[in-house]
Amino acid sequence: MANTMLEVKDLSTKYVTRFNEGVYAVDRVSLKVEEGKSLGIAGESGCGKSTLALSLMGYYFPPLHYMNGDITINGNNISGLKAEDVRKTILGKEVAYIPQAAMNALNPTRKIIHFIEDVILEHEMYVTKKDIYGRAKKLFETLGLPPEVLQKYPVELSGGMKQRTVIAISVMLLPKVLIADEPSSALDVTSQKMVIKMLKHLMEAGFISSMIFITHELPLLYNVVDDIMVMYAGQIVEKGSSHEMVFDPIHPYSKGLMGSIIVPEKGLRDVKLTAIPGVPPNLKKPPAGCRFAERCRFVRPECRVTDVAMREAEHGRMYRCIIPEAELREAYAREEHKNG
Amino acid sequence: MDKEKKPYLSAKGVTKSFGFGRQKTVAVDNINLDLYEGEVISIVGESGSGKTTLSKVLLGLINQTSGDVYFQGVKRDISSQARKREYWKNIQAIFQDPFSSYNIFNKIDSVLLDCINMRGGVYFPREKKTEMMIEACSFVNLKFEELTNKYPFELSGGQMQRLMIARIFLLQPKILLADEPTSMIDACSRATILDELMHLRKEVGMTIIFITHDIGLAYYVSDNVYIMEKGRFVESGAADDVILRPKEPYTQRLINDVPKIYEEWDLSTV
Amino acid sequence: MKHILQQVFRSGKFVTGFSIFMAIILIVVFYPMIITDAPLSIIGQGTFFPPGIYVSVYDSLSSTTYILNLDDATTKRITNKLNDEDRVSIKEWLVAAGIPESEIDTTDTQKLLDQWFTNYDSQKNVPGMTNAKRNYYVRLNTALKSLLSPEAAAVMQVNPLNNELEQIGTINQTDYVNVGEVANIRILPLGTDNFGRDVLTELVSATRVSLQIGFVAGIIATLIGLTLGLLAGYIGGFVDDIITFITNLFIVIPPFVLLILISFSIGQEQRGAFTIAVVIGFTSWVWTARAVRSQVISLRNRDHVNLSKLSGHSIVHIILNDILPYILSYVIMAFILQISSGILAEAGLSILGLGPRTTDVPTLGLMMNWAMIYQAHILGNWWAYMPVLVTIALITFSMNLMNTGMDQIFNPALRD
Repeated sequence: MANTMLEVKDLSTKYVTRFNEGVYAVDRVSLKVEEGKSLGIAGESGCGKSTLALSLMGYYFPPLHYMNGDITINGNNISGLKAEDVRKTILGKEVAYIPQAAMNALNPTRKIIHFIEDVILEHEMYVTKKDIYGRAKKLFETLGLPPEVLQKYPVELSGGMKQRTVIAISVMLLPKVLIADEPSSALDVTSQKMVIKMLKHLMEAGFISSMIFITHELPLLYNVVDDIMVMYAGQIVEKGSSHEMVFDPIHPYSKGLMGSIIVPEKGLRDVKLTAIPGVPPNLKKPPAGCRFAERCRFVRPECRVTDVAMREAEHGRMYRCIIPEAELREAYAREEHKNG
Repeated sequence: MDKEKKPYLSAKGVTKSFGFGRQKTVAVDNINLDLYEGEVISIVGESGSGKTTLSKVLLGLINQTSGDVYFQGVKRDISSQARKREYWKNIQAIFQDPFSSYNIFNKIDSVLLDCINMRGGVYFPREKKTEMMIEACSFVNLKFEELTNKYPFELSGGQMQRLMIARIFLLQPKILLADEPTSMIDACSRATILDELMHLRKEVGMTIIFITHDIGLAYYVSDNVYIMEKGRFVESGAADDVILRPKEPYTQRLINDVPKIYEEWDLSTV
Repeated sequence: MKHILQQVFRSGKFVTGFSIFMAIILIVVFYPMIITDAPLSIIGQGTFFPPGIYVSVYDSLSSTTYILNLDDATTKRITNKLNDEDRVSIKEWLVAAGIPESEIDTTDTQKLLDQWFTNYDSQKNVPGMTNAKRNYYVRLNTALKSLLSPEAAAVMQVNPLNNELEQIGTINQTDYVNVGEVANIRILPLGTDNFGRDVLTELVSATRVSLQIGFVAGIIATLIGLTLGLLAGYIGGFVDDIITFITNLFIVIPPFVLLILISFSIGQEQRGAFTIAVVIGFTSWVWTARAVRSQVISLRNRDHVNLSKLSGHSIVHIILNDILPYILSYVIMAFILQISSGILAEAGLSILGLGPRTTDVPTLGLMMNWAMIYQAHILGNWWAYMPVLVTIALITFSMNLMNTGMDQIFNPALRD
């Protein structure tokens, strides 16, 4: 069995608003990523997937607050560490994080090489700038980025190039886990493909051991990661391998989500897109019982009463529903039959 | 599609450029477009391709630098406010971002009342107006009683976009220009919006122009697809032809770069 | 709207600023109702009376006297009369007479007097002392002795019948009058100014006039700036070019120089407070216009404006309904800043002697001008200018505070 790179147990975090209300954006999330594996997190906007990405680093700053749970990265439990210690010893070295607008984080008045110097000097003491340049050049060449980029200012680079540069900077210290939160959503399709190719290359060449990839674009997720987790209203509702999740979802929410995929491929025009009526619950006051109950077409009275636990299914799949897998599949089959 | 018919809306050599001299940029370059009644077309392009500028020219929100737009075979004249109003009875739009499409100081009622007034319902009795609003809301599966006296920003993105469709339902234009109507809302609500737009097309007999960057969406909804690059149409034709059997290298690249789920997504091509 | 107000009043900065400002307004409104004196009436004969309670000496004489035997009365009296110069002179003499300097404390009156009376000898010759100095010490000694003597003072009056001086009473050192029984008392909390006018009454009136000037200037500047900004931003094209040209013209010329030139050319007689306000208003709209223009340009292309156009609304309707509400919070903030800068501009002009004419109303700037001309700052008459400075500072501070508070509330909303 491969090493577990990142393990999270019952992690809950919340935002505190200006008016001192709590928004419980991540609720008792448990996950595990093994060495050499990548995990995708899918969900609608506002379901807490970006918050989960932030929380996974163990580095909290207001308005985000840690509530409880354990985070173990490469065997070290970091949930008890102080923020400053996390920043010094974990961020960049163990975990790297790429937000959606990462490319806008580059200060336009500094050359790319300066950012790399910053990153390395923060963690290593006795390095010369010449060494750093050499290391950066080597890394950039390996990743297929032209080394001239190092001497350029961010404004001289295109959006896709900037994003790839930021990713290269973030793996400079060879982190174990890379958390990429919608790294390619702001880019055009071609740049997106380049970013994805680079991320895959990072995994294959061993720059990073594991990756967590977050996006709302399901076709993209399907092509990037090994396993997919679907999040809804701060909770994980289903987990499985990406192929199973896209073509054979169990949970009614995942079913709806996968049914809304649009790709420019043959046969798509005959597919009837599924829609889920209603809106996600307000995370300031999450409902008791199943959080999807309001929008679920199989809802039963007991759904709204008790907390629904994760259930296990074959191939290590997990789903959060009180209706057993077989019954759900039966219901889906009936629906399909009715729609012809 | 009966091609013998006269085009409903057509653009002939429409060009729009900004700035002068060195800084001149041509956003829309010599575009020819024929739109027939009842058709759904998509204009697909990446950001910066000029598709939004083209949509604004077609809507008459900005004037073209050269070329002409013909509406029902007659050259469009929007030189005065009254003529513009007349033109806008026939062509309406849904914009990309529902959160910035509404005036945050106006209530939902006033948004809908505006549409009734525009269709000449200024002097309708109050009950009739309310009835029309209820009908429009129920068309998009919203409950008017829950919306009245609320502000648009109190709704979710999907609901706001549906309210936009209710607005179109009241206005009953001949042509609807939908500028990325689903790109800012969640995948689960997307199907609802698309269904309602198609429903609207069936009920009102509307012609729809989709402006989008999402090739999948264009393929899913439209009869004809126009691929736009740097202000020009590089390829156009029936959706099946253009998307499944693209001829131009640009279109091929574009379709190649979109992630697929049924076929292999070839990463080696970039 | 209600929600916005609630939010604004939740901001500590805004509430602090607002309370200071309301307090100033309340004082300005209610003070003249209680003290009804004309603000510019000259009551004092002489310049710069210090702050304090003024009791009529004549009326005190005819009031009932009460005898109070207080132990420290004499010391207090001498402490009051013995000024710093005399104390230093006493010390000089004592040092010259051979008392060690470390033993002399000029602040301890009782000890100093004891040392003086035990050591002083008018016959004694201190080396290096002039004759005049010797006489001074004799006089000082006599004066101190008379202060210490328990003798009463006689009160004399000329008898109108025979023109002779008659004693009508005596005042003992232990005699007291009750201030409440004295017919004429005047409290001057901030003393009088160079013309002998009550500074507090004048200050309240000046604050009112200055606020009025600020408001008028602010309204004019905001209206001009708003109108030009809206037109330039929304209509764009040629109109925008012309308005931008005019605005840039005004930016290149420093507004204060313009203000000075206009004020000067109007002439002293024509310059009322209102005229000055109008002049200030007409020279300070520039930044409002620029800021409004740039905000309108960014709003003009927003979808809700496009939608309003598609609904067939006219330009006026769109500007009033779809543009103005979005920038209103900014305009209110700009207006508040215009008021405070208008007050400052008036003060600046008046100090240079180009403010409103000096005959009808006081303004904060004019009070500073008068204090400066009569050298209050050199003579150390702080009450003539310090309260004015504090008032100006408080007004501008409170307004800026309100502005910052509002900024914090509105801006995150504006930036979505």
